[in-house]
Amino acid sequence: MSQLVKDPKEKSFFTTLAESPSTNEFIKGIWKDNPVFVQVLGMCPVLAVTNTAENALAMGFATTFVLVMSNILVSLLRNVIPKEVRIASYILIIATFVTITDYAIQAISVDLHKSLGAFISLIVVNCLILSRAEAFASKNTFIPSVLDALGMGLGFVLALFSLGAVRELLGNGSLFGMSIFSDNFQEWIVMILPAGGFFTLALWLLLFNILKERRSHGK
Amino acid sequence: MSTVDNIPKNNTSGSKMLQVMGGLGALCALLIVMTYEGTADRIAQLKDEALQQAVFSVLPGTASTQQFYINADQTISTTPSDNAATIFAGYDANGEFTGVAVEASGRGYADVIRILYGYDPVNEKVIGFYVLESKETPGLGDKIEKDESFLANFQSLDVELNESGDELKNEVITVKSGEKTEEWQVDGITGATISSRAIGAMINTSANERLQVIQDNLSVIQNQPEQ
Repeated sequence: MSQLVKDPKEKSFFTTLAESPSTNEFIKGIWKDNPVFVQVLGMCPVLAVTNTAENALAMGFATTFVLVMSNILVSLLRNVIPKEVRIASYILIIATFVTITDYAIQAISVDLHKSLGAFISLIVVNCLILSRAEAFASKNTFIPSVLDALGMGLGFVLALFSLGAVRELLGNGSLFGMSIFSDNFQEWIVMILPAGGFFTLALWLLLFNILKERRSHGK
Repeated sequence: MSTVDNIPKNNTSGSKMLQVMGGLGALCALLIVMTYEGTADRIAQLKDEALQQAVFSVLPGTASTQQFYINADQTISTTPSDNAATIFAGYDANGEFTGVAVEASGRGYADVIRILYGYDPVNEKVIGFYVLESKETPGLGDKIEKDESFLANFQSLDVELNESGDELKNEVITVKSGEKTEEWQVDGITGATISSRAIGAMINTSANERLQVIQDNLSVIQNQPEQ
């Protein structure tokens, strides 16, 4: 890396990185166009499997894997797939990678597969993935498509984790299965029930909107 | 970033669509089959290990297990026949018989609950309990897996057979939390009434169905077969 900044006139590696359009493709999914907090996509897994931090992370990474792989294939085949059958083709591609993920998770841990249950198969109908395939990968080349998928995936992971951590902490008094509070802590059972998912999501959305508001006022 | 706008103006021919979708289908099928082939062994191994672990946990002191099958004609053998039910015999480090693990299932609050319980045929007691599969409500119904005082029910639960040996002497029944007075009663969980009742009921049904066969064929399973 030191070779990169030898010439003082040459921009540093990080400045170049921050200004490049590729970085924008990556960053937008994490903050500006966050799939959960801004686009409000893929609500089924967001509400259903965020009752613990571990489940939330596992679901987030499984979705990211499917997102990256399907974006890659869609962008590579974008000149081959006729527009009349593109949705059917994208769904086929997405379903394939979901099935692969399902087997992979089973091979990693039976317990994890048990706790994610039916929601792994339901990644097929996560509208986040189809929307990235249709709106981005089908019109862009390989590298931007991968960056877009990675950014969106990471944004999804972060959002799921934000929900899962809060819900597990309040609903179970633990984080990643480790007890955090003293034994006197009374768990808010509602937080790990479906209703708690809605409450937590609403609070995060509120926070995100307040931050956005402040930013635009600041300008 | 290069944006490519290449949506064709004229309609695509039917054969082209067929080719693309057929080709894509073949590619996807290939990917799925390759993953399946690559992970099948490991998945089977992990499932085996999980089951093995469950058997160890319901039969205290067990070091090795042996699978047996209860056949439709009420005999027990080491080779499966049609419609045979699986049971696991446990043996300690010296090869001494520790008990039998029996699977049971029944309707819970959310979905079917599958459990494994350990049966000690000598003292005629349930000596261990483990939930294999449950979708009960987190925080409420799933206490059947975690609640210590509920699990304590199954360290020594009376499942003695009657004199003719064809039924339980006393039906296993779940009572309200804190109202357990008899050896064969299961102390329920407040907030998980339906789930804890379901557990009592499924042990009762399964015990009525299986224990007689196990008692009648005890000589078959008591000695660890040569591996």
